[in-house]
Amino acid sequence: MLDAACPDRLPPTPGIGYKSVHFDDLMATPGAVTWIEVHAENYMGDGGRPIAQLRALADRFPVSVHGVGLSIGGDHPLDRDHLARLKRLCGWLDPASFSEHLAWSTHDMGYFNDLLPMPYTPETLTRVAAHIDQVQDTLGRRMLLENPSTYLDFAEAQMEETDFLAELARRTGCGLLLDVNNVFVSATNQGREARAYIDAYPLDAVGEIHLGGHDAQTDEHGHPLLIDSHAAPVVDPVWDLYAYTVARAGARPTLIEWDADVPDFATLEQEAARAATILSPQGVPA
Amino acid sequence: MTGQAEFLTALLDPAQPAPESLRNPHGGPAGARFDVYRNNVVVSLTEALITGFPTVHKLVGDAFFRAMAGVFLRAHPPGDPRLPLYGSAFPGFLIRFDRVARLPYLPDIAKLDLGMRQSYHAADVTPLSVAGIAPEAVMDLAPRLSPATLILSSRFAVHDIWAFTTRKGAPKPRGEAQDVIITRPAFDPEPHLLPEGGFTLARHLKGKLTLQAALTATITQHPAADMAALMTLFLTSGALTLDTAKDPAP
Repeated sequence: MLDAACPDRLPPTPGIGYKSVHFDDLMATPGAVTWIEVHAENYMGDGGRPIAQLRALADRFPVSVHGVGLSIGGDHPLDRDHLARLKRLCGWLDPASFSEHLAWSTHDMGYFNDLLPMPYTPETLTRVAAHIDQVQDTLGRRMLLENPSTYLDFAEAQMEETDFLAELARRTGCGLLLDVNNVFVSATNQGREARAYIDAYPLDAVGEIHLGGHDAQTDEHGHPLLIDSHAAPVVDPVWDLYAYTVARAGARPTLIEWDADVPDFATLEQEAARAATILSPQGVPA
Repeated sequence: MTGQAEFLTALLDPAQPAPESLRNPHGGPAGARFDVYRNNVVVSLTEALITGFPTVHKLVGDAFFRAMAGVFLRAHPPGDPRLPLYGSAFPGFLIRFDRVARLPYLPDIAKLDLGMRQSYHAADVTPLSVAGIAPEAVMDLAPRLSPATLILSSRFAVHDIWAFTTRKGAPKPRGEAQDVIITRPAFDPEPHLLPEGGFTLARHLKGKLTLQAALTATITQHPAADMAALMTLFLTSGALTLDTAKDPAP
């Protein structure tokens, strides 16, 4: 049964990445926060507090399940056991959205807990599309695919990331999760224009937007090297790029991601409120 | 062309250069750009081990733990993406890791940390409550350990060392072998020192024997065991359940 407060899709308003330290604040005074996102892999135990909290939150907020470990970009078949665990989680929780990354993390040697990069070629496109088909068939739902932060290039790359994503969406029917901070990080690292990425991106397919913080460093040649960290506030140039995106795509569900050095709830709520201002019909002009 | 196996092999060995086809977008080899991935993998898995083995971390100190974690995670990377469950091979690794040979109790402390985490994520069942049951009827019940109840037998004073390391004002560890039972009354696991006979009693409670039969079997092996104390511990700590169904998943 669909509860009016918990629709089967995310609202085009701000959400936050859920951290258990914020449980009480979130249940009492969510403020600008209208939905939450959880990392699937943290809720694959059999019971205890994580599951109990997620059940309580799901009664109150639309929930997005965000997988970080499926390795959709892997050159091996998907881990069927992990896919089954995702199916079990999506089965009992019935989340408003499920998303994963255009990246890989698992190989024969094990699981390496990072979003590792891949070259964009016709061969990798075919492989990733097959993996997305398998995920959507198994879960019985449409998934969203997120663009990664990248730090290097592949000599063998043949396609732009935006074309690669557009073609995946076309072939598989999947939606896209546009991480605006990742766009800014990758563009800066590549010495390219972030707005050009947004201009080339298939905005019609965007089901969710991510905003987060990054670290700023330089590489051994003195070029800027930004590193996706989810450990800091969203910086002003990323807010500007977000406003530019919303002006073109319209209001979309927008997540504030803050996974390390987690601040108090009030700080997160302020970030969500800032996103709400940009999402509102009178939004900040870009 | 960079295969993913080649990428990972280079990633895990800082002495190797980045694979040839990985480039700095401004030209030249990937260099520091590849190191970002190296760092992400090692730091995130190290952090997962620090979170998962807080007592071991405190006992050996942060710098030593991080160096040791670097050795462990290369030899035993996670088998799947459930990081909250990562590290089941860590106690065994510590037994063989020469650098901690002077802390012979460390592997058992790692088992205790691991057990606390497994208990935290274990299935929810209805704990046995004896309120309102006549004492003689209690002894006819045949409970089993709850999924969140774990037992550990050690040659070392693991409970004392755990308490001394994590609890303010805890007394200095005694030099004796100790058994521990971890229970989870609600959501927070708690380790308790098991008195003599407790480990044996726990092993008899599998839902087949009545409490009376389990106690009788225990006392034959441990005539000096304090049965009243054991009963109090097992019946008031949420250790037992009468649920007979397969442990429920959410």
